[in-house]
Amino acid sequence: MPPILEVHDLVKKYADLTAVKGISFDIQEGEIFSLLGPNGAGKTTTISVLSTLFSPTSGDATICGHSVTREPMAVKNCIGVVPQELALYEDLTALENLNFWGNMYGLSGKTLSTRIDEVLEQIGLKDRAKQRIKTYSGGMKRRVNIGVGLLHKPRLLFMDEPTVGIDPQSRRAILDSVKDLNRQGMTVLYTTHYMEEAQELSDRVGIIDHGELIALGTQAELTRQVQETDTLILHIGESEDPQALITALKDLPGVLRITPTDHEVSIVTPSAEELIAPAVMRADQMGIKIYSIDIREPNLEAVFLHLTGRALRD
Amino acid sequence: MAIRKLLQIALKDVRLIFRDRSALVLMLLAPFLLTIGMGAVTGRFSGGGSNSGIEDIPVVIINADEGQLGAALVEMFTSADLSDLLETTVSADLTAARASVDSDEYAAALYIPAGFTDSIIPPPQRSAPPELVQIEFYANPTRPTSAGIVRTILEQFLARVEIGRVSGEVTVTQLLENGIITPDQAASVGMAAGQQLAQSTDSRSSIKLKNVSGAGAAVKFDILAYMAPGMALMFLMFTVTYGGRSLLVENRQGTLARMLISPTTTTEVLGGKVAGIFLTAVLQLLILIGGTTLLFRLQWGNPLGVLLLALAAAFAATGWGMIIAAILKTPGQIASVGSAVMLIFGLLGGSFFDITMLPKWVQTLSKVSPNAWGMQGFLSLTRSGGMESILTPVIALLIMGALLFVISVVWISRRGLARK
Repeated sequence: MPPILEVHDLVKKYADLTAVKGISFDIQEGEIFSLLGPNGAGKTTTISVLSTLFSPTSGDATICGHSVTREPMAVKNCIGVVPQELALYEDLTALENLNFWGNMYGLSGKTLSTRIDEVLEQIGLKDRAKQRIKTYSGGMKRRVNIGVGLLHKPRLLFMDEPTVGIDPQSRRAILDSVKDLNRQGMTVLYTTHYMEEAQELSDRVGIIDHGELIALGTQAELTRQVQETDTLILHIGESEDPQALITALKDLPGVLRITPTDHEVSIVTPSAEELIAPAVMRADQMGIKIYSIDIREPNLEAVFLHLTGRALRD
Repeated sequence: MAIRKLLQIALKDVRLIFRDRSALVLMLLAPFLLTIGMGAVTGRFSGGGSNSGIEDIPVVIINADEGQLGAALVEMFTSADLSDLLETTVSADLTAARASVDSDEYAAALYIPAGFTDSIIPPPQRSAPPELVQIEFYANPTRPTSAGIVRTILEQFLARVEIGRVSGEVTVTQLLENGIITPDQAASVGMAAGQQLAQSTDSRSSIKLKNVSGAGAAVKFDILAYMAPGMALMFLMFTVTYGGRSLLVENRQGTLARMLISPTTTTEVLGGKVAGIFLTAVLQLLILIGGTTLLFRLQWGNPLGVLLLALAAAFAATGWGMIIAAILKTPGQIASVGSAVMLIFGLLGGSFFDITMLPKWVQTLSKVSPNAWGMQGFLSLTRSGGMESILTPVIALLIMGALLFVISVVWISRRGLARK
């Protein structure tokens, strides 16, 4: 079966900035595919081009067998988009919002009202459907934002960082709903900068940084790229200088890569357990207090660190 | 193009603006209040049947004179001719009358002292020259316009009395010198001649408020018929800039992008936004016209003409709203520039005063505003003008709207509807 989405050497430039630098990947029908990358990596621009909002500078993509550049209307009918912003009318009720967006997707009459009922049930807001969006919590707004993208039952759903800025409970509900949708047969392209979300949801992951797709594959395939390495994370006080600790530790045996983050220093090493004692002693000699230590086995964060030398949060 | 989607976008925008309380205040409440305020300042709401805007001026007269001139002055102030203009109370207590003026109960008090008639028409038996007796005019400083009108009426009366007195003296002197009458007859002949000459200056009271149209037919002038369209047209510019601003607000909040990634064409989205602004503008005008008709019994004129003019004015104003939205980059810029344009067009278009008082070049410049053409049309209709009287303003407004719309569409097309 041909992929539901194929991206070929896609480039998008804004004036002097090249936001997407010739990326290529495909998504099979029924997959959850995550684009993982830090803020500003080019995830939203990629979604904007694939959803036909902006034309690519060069390259093309095929969605449901239609080119995004030559057959944008056919592409629009096949996809649903959950944008990163809460693209809703706050002075309209959830019902009015769903009704309006349903009309924009060509639904009307009985079909529309049935779909609105189903979606309200799905996002758990049937009881509050007649209240204005501005009275909702952040999580409820996010759920309506997702509901709008589901109204016309798209084959391929783009979800652009749908959990940004919400409480853990709502985040959990959204992740569960993504899995539900996938179980019902919907293909999902999910962008995030949260490694845990990509890890939990995805069949395959594309890691994007500075507009380039730097890694692509299943989680197992990706973690194999960092071989048998651990990540040792040393948490230091707010007043401590991570650079001073890096200087002190970088020549210890077993340190493959050492990088600073907020009040932390991450060390990629073949054996975290063997490195703990010498690292703590060296820090103590330097007068740097270590508050706690974490050991992480190979994961997507480690992959990103391995590939870029930076943490995802940088 | 699917009209259904276009209408959905337009109706959504109308619904949103009518749910925005601050927008409603500026769209509907502000023009109503300003119209009422201007009407109140000019006395439009002080009662009576006249629509002049200046009526039922409260005035109190204290007549201590026992002669015929004092009586004549009271009679004139209480006459049927001036009953619309003045609400005259005759009192005997000067102190109380002054206090009533001080407490803003009356616009003015007139005190006719004892001996006023004798000071002008001396009795036949008196030989000494008459003592000077003056009428006291006590004005309320907080009602300068009304007090000024009362004073003018009084001055006209006194001028006629003076004409009569001088004419009588001249006539009697001439008759005496020529031996036509004897000195005993002088007083009665002088009085008769004076009265006759004084009255010959006009058949009746010359004091009436009268407005004459260009064709010469007398029509009643209603100050609200000027203020209401002026305010409605001025705040129409607020509505259209608010509508234009919504295009950038939607771009910022992501709903514009969401519309564009749905199977909806750019033309449908832009058409819907324009239709939303136009519909809101038309509704605003119709609500203001209907409201002032019901509340103030304002006569806007030929209903079909009013509707046609309202549609044309809303169309032209929508063009301005679109071009402002096309050129400017942020909702904040549109709010600032929109307010400035609203005031400038209000001033230029005659929303506050008659622009024929302004220099010719300003009158020419005013034609760039929908306000000027709209005012021209609405004032023609209130003065009983027919459909032909609004033909030029309607055509001008339609051309203005079409031109602005084309320019703004070209501008937006070059820049792109959605902005990164």
